[in-house]
Amino acid sequence: MVTIKQTSMPALHDMCSLSLTVNGQHYERRVPARLLLSDFLRHELHLTGTHVGCEHGVCGCCTILLNGEAVRSCLMLAVQADGMDLTTIEGFASSQEPLHPIQQAFQEKHALQCGFCTPGIIVSVHALLREHPMPTEEEIRHGLSGNLCRCTGYQNIVAAVKCAAVYLADQETTHSRNENNK
Amino acid sequence: MKPPQFQYCAPGVLDEALGLLDQCGTDAKILAGGQSLIPLLNVRLVAPLYLVDINRVAALDYIDARENHLAVGAIVRQRSVEQSPVVRQRHPLLIEAITYIGHMQIRNRGTLAGSIVHADPAAELPALLCCLDGEIVARSSTGERIIKAEQFFTDYLTTTLDAREIVTEIRLPWLPPQAGWACIEFTRRAGDYALAGAIAVVVPTPAGTCQSARISYFGIAATPVRGYEIEQMLIGTTLDDAILQAAAHAAESLVQDDLSDIHATSTYRRALTAEATRRVLRTAWQRCQNRS
Amino acid sequence: MATRWFGAPVQRNEDPRLLRGQGLYVDDIDLPGMLHAAVLRSPYAHAKIVRIDTQAASNLPGVHLVLTATDLGEVLEPSPLLIPHPALTHPRTQLPLALHEVRYVGEAVAFVVADSRYLAEDALELIDVAYEPLPVVHSLATASAPDAPLVHEDVQGNVAAHLLQSVGNPDEVLANAPHVIRETLQMERGAAMPMECRGIVARWDHYEQMLTCWISTQAPIPIRNGLAAIFHLPEHKVRVIAPDVGGGFGAKIMLFYPEEILTPFATMRLGRPVKWIEDRRENFISTNQERGQLHEVEYAFDDQGVLLAVRDVFLHDTGAYTPYGIIVPIITSCSLPGPYRLKHYASDCQALYTNKVPVSPYRGAGRPHAVFVMERIMDRIALELQMDRLEVRARNFIRPDEFPWDVGLVYQDGGPTRYDSGNYQAALDKLKLALDYDTFATRQAEARVQGRYLGLGIGYYVEGTSIGPYEGAHVRVEPDGRVFVATGVTSQGQSHQTVFAQIVADQLGIEPQAVLVATGDTQAFNWGVGTFASRAATVAGSAVHLAAVKVRKKIQALAAELFEASAEDIELAEGKVFVKGAPQRALTLGQLAIKANPLRYTYGESARTLAAMNLAAARPGPALPPERDAPGLEADGFYSPPHGSFASGVHGAIIEVDPATGMVSFIKYVAVHDCGHLINPLVVEGQVHGGVAQGIGGAFFERLVYDDTAQLLSSTFMDYLIPTAAEIPDITVEHIETPSPLNPLGMKGVGEAGVIPVAALFASALDDALSPWHIRIREMPLHPCRLHELLQEARCHKAVLPLATEKPGAPTENCH
Repeated sequence: MVTIKQTSMPALHDMCSLSLTVNGQHYERRVPARLLLSDFLRHELHLTGTHVGCEHGVCGCCTILLNGEAVRSCLMLAVQADGMDLTTIEGFASSQEPLHPIQQAFQEKHALQCGFCTPGIIVSVHALLREHPMPTEEEIRHGLSGNLCRCTGYQNIVAAVKCAAVYLADQETTHSRNENNK
Repeated sequence: MKPPQFQYCAPGVLDEALGLLDQCGTDAKILAGGQSLIPLLNVRLVAPLYLVDINRVAALDYIDARENHLAVGAIVRQRSVEQSPVVRQRHPLLIEAITYIGHMQIRNRGTLAGSIVHADPAAELPALLCCLDGEIVARSSTGERIIKAEQFFTDYLTTTLDAREIVTEIRLPWLPPQAGWACIEFTRRAGDYALAGAIAVVVPTPAGTCQSARISYFGIAATPVRGYEIEQMLIGTTLDDAILQAAAHAAESLVQDDLSDIHATSTYRRALTAEATRRVLRTAWQRCQNRS
Repeated sequence: MATRWFGAPVQRNEDPRLLRGQGLYVDDIDLPGMLHAAVLRSPYAHAKIVRIDTQAASNLPGVHLVLTATDLGEVLEPSPLLIPHPALTHPRTQLPLALHEVRYVGEAVAFVVADSRYLAEDALELIDVAYEPLPVVHSLATASAPDAPLVHEDVQGNVAAHLLQSVGNPDEVLANAPHVIRETLQMERGAAMPMECRGIVARWDHYEQMLTCWISTQAPIPIRNGLAAIFHLPEHKVRVIAPDVGGGFGAKIMLFYPEEILTPFATMRLGRPVKWIEDRRENFISTNQERGQLHEVEYAFDDQGVLLAVRDVFLHDTGAYTPYGIIVPIITSCSLPGPYRLKHYASDCQALYTNKVPVSPYRGAGRPHAVFVMERIMDRIALELQMDRLEVRARNFIRPDEFPWDVGLVYQDGGPTRYDSGNYQAALDKLKLALDYDTFATRQAEARVQGRYLGLGIGYYVEGTSIGPYEGAHVRVEPDGRVFVATGVTSQGQSHQTVFAQIVADQLGIEPQAVLVATGDTQAFNWGVGTFASRAATVAGSAVHLAAVKVRKKIQALAAELFEASAEDIELAEGKVFVKGAPQRALTLGQLAIKANPLRYTYGESARTLAAMNLAAARPGPALPPERDAPGLEADGFYSPPHGSFASGVHGAIIEVDPATGMVSFIKYVAVHDCGHLINPLVVEGQVHGGVAQGIGGAFFERLVYDDTAQLLSSTFMDYLIPTAAEIPDITVEHIETPSPLNPLGMKGVGEAGVIPVAALFASALDDALSPWHIRIREMPLHPCRLHELLQEARCHKAVLPLATEKPGAPTENCH
């Protein structure tokens, strides 16, 4: 392999610097260009809640929010996230905080068993509910179809999404009421 | 499943990217949405020495509603197209085709141009481009050329794009206001590549017969396939059951004979193609009837 | 016994951690100085290894170790045969790395350890192996052909095992019965595909001379025992931990997978921790699979629809090796009679080697095949006699007063196949109601007029669960009042941290949230077998119960002493212990735990408040009097069932088939299930839902397709189609509870149940939907293309179909 050098040209590298924000915290790292974003989050930042189930973009276990949009972190290079704002499952609720309404609904409806696919699904559900705050059953099932779950048969996940939609709507109402009272 | 080693650059302007391509030639790959390329890297089915990431070329991030067509810059995400008010308002067929692509998470990264350049014959967008006689704008350090969809797709995952060229824009013609349209596909699961699919646009005369028709197929050959013969058959008709049956029959012959895989034999694909023809034309025709 | 928690829909103790992304799966463990391994796998299904050149790989910077078979020394031994059986006359197990020959695509050939997984994979590309391809056995048909190539050159006919079992006199009955039918039924391979692949982190501690392995496994204790033997270590110097495991479904009960030996070997060689994580591509070609069987079944019945005899001769695809013995075909053989009074039955099975991934149980483990055969028989009897399908089943059921029912076969555990309890008609009645069965024919007819093809299918099964040999548990009250429970079984999503807590909570008068359950850590509990065969909740749960009862008695004895009352009058409630009728003067469990340890030094709030309690003074004499024998409030419990208990159930579904495309959708799905007493209905229903989804996957979506060189063609999630939320219907679950008399809580297993009848049900529904074309489904899995092919054949050959017992009412279509 030959490194191409030309003054006017940006250079090609096999190591790259990146700085990014994950769950509100800023990080700067130097990483191999080929490092997958999923591996970066898990093994460089030790945010191991983002799981890896297939590394070819089908199972959805590695789903995260990239500038607010749900994406597969196994289908991105870490360096591509330079300058971006990421949210992983750890950003939904720390151990000190109460569960996020989506997480709470998942517990109440027994929407997880082994828990491996769960972080990716919760991230996807967050995106789904932002687009469809009161989704129909069909919208839920379609919206979940980018995440595989091998344990639950999806039924309780669908129920949890319905439940979470109500919780988030309630939260929204309470929030706007509080705002109005200020 | 980890990518092989490569050298990487994410230039901020197109000329830099083109310059890099000039130097690296066939040893380089362009990374746009990455939703097809990165899986291939992860399984090391491709091992480029150089990866030129065009995601930082801000000048390629636009959706432009021009007089004759919708122009979409090379790094526009499928999801941005899907959510674009102008596209939703003026190109509902594009919206219908896009929502069939993979899943929301894939469309959030995948680009419209990337899907076309990847040229998977089972994908929706190449077939849509063919159906509408759209155009691909390609740039190299020596200039720009505009490629007709018909001339772009040459074989399975193969196009007429040169290794030193970058697709900068996709142009999708508007549909006539009175047109009816539909995209239909048969898949095993939500979001899978199609076993067979069809896209159709029909334009009625004021008298209620078919003035013109366009139909293209995906998942049935090594490239997207345009059904010119079927289009001719439909003109002057009211797309009644007999015509649809004849169209479906004609569509079967468009299926490539040796196109068998573990999900579908070519015989089965012929049946699906026939059925897709019936359904896509019926829906398209109903939509223009509903409008009038 | 108070049963406040047992049977209640308690939310899971596991969830808050898992929901926050704070689970601990194997790949989450990153130890200082850790290295990363990758495996070079055979690209050939069958080949001689002529030469391996690892020089270039070893020279790659960042590579620490490259192992081939010859580097393994005395560790180069075939993996142990886990479950020998007299019928398994030619067992063969795998070497950790292939030496002279590879026998399936994916067999481990070399093992590389490097600074990162990326580098390790780079090194794999530099290893040069010269193979000399050999003839390949890619199917049961090839394996059983007279001139078949041999998977193992010293195993004639590729026959690993020949298993014969029979009851009654089937030959005679078949020879004289009024109706005899013979057909061929086939099931092909599928795979467990847990979302988390396999993986192991191994660490050698030089100072402690101790090997610690975190493994994504269902059987840490057997692995610990094996590793100790392989590496000549005392068992207490090997600790195996199954942390959070992201699904197993049987595939992770197998041991030893090669990496479970190679990774510890490498860590001991290098003195640094080593991690190997299976990627999905590897999972498709190196984690065990199941389901390939070919049945030639002959069956006899009378004019009333009573099944008289069955002779089932079948071939079982065992893959390239038999590490798990012939458990799967034994279960098939024993499960075939199902809920029916089959008095004359012969089962003849040959387990054949093929050049494919080895076979060991995957959820269902031989049962879906058996149920497919038997339920196809029931449907066929109904068709031949023009009887109602459910009525035929009802006429053959074992009646509630006939339990225990001896099937007359030797089960997988070596014990009798003896049904302990059941009520098969009651479940069927519930199903009929839930499906609105009586109106279905009308609905179906109305739909057909509109060109829509609806079909109703059912599948009935009896599932052997809760087998031995035993499980154990330790229960201990901590000084802070929480209760610690440890057991040898693992959890891959079965909610053990909740259901075991419920069992303990009832005994000790506490909330399940106050119970900490440790599973799958050999240092937390030394004894046990593993989580498989729908046995963990029942067998380990019984042990937990027995241990908790002992602790309760200890609590009562000690409290009686302190309160100067009688033990029978001591009550436990809300974390407190008191004399009946006097709850105002109570000790917390934590205080009692402190009192149970006659120590000079005590700590914490509980200890301080104890002083003010005015309790009985310590007795003179030894601090631990003989009747107390040990300090603390703790006990071990062990439970060893006399034989397995038999759960049962029936599923029914209404589907719609599009005859133009072969596409199928589910309109309704009902599962009626009997697992005895439920510990937690949320958990039971979740298990059933998940099983059904896997069943639907296995019946219509998921196919492991091998070409004739035994290359797997469906080796990604793009081609191996695990169904998504958009494909799986809503599932109604109903319960029947016939308690098992075999264990103290009357439980039966449920883990595998959901998957078992789905293939049978799907075939039944397709036959019904496509009855105008007289389709008879004889194979699983199906897919739309194959269904379309069957329809085309039926359209073309309607006249010669053997099933033309009624006038075809099919729409006329052209035959292309």
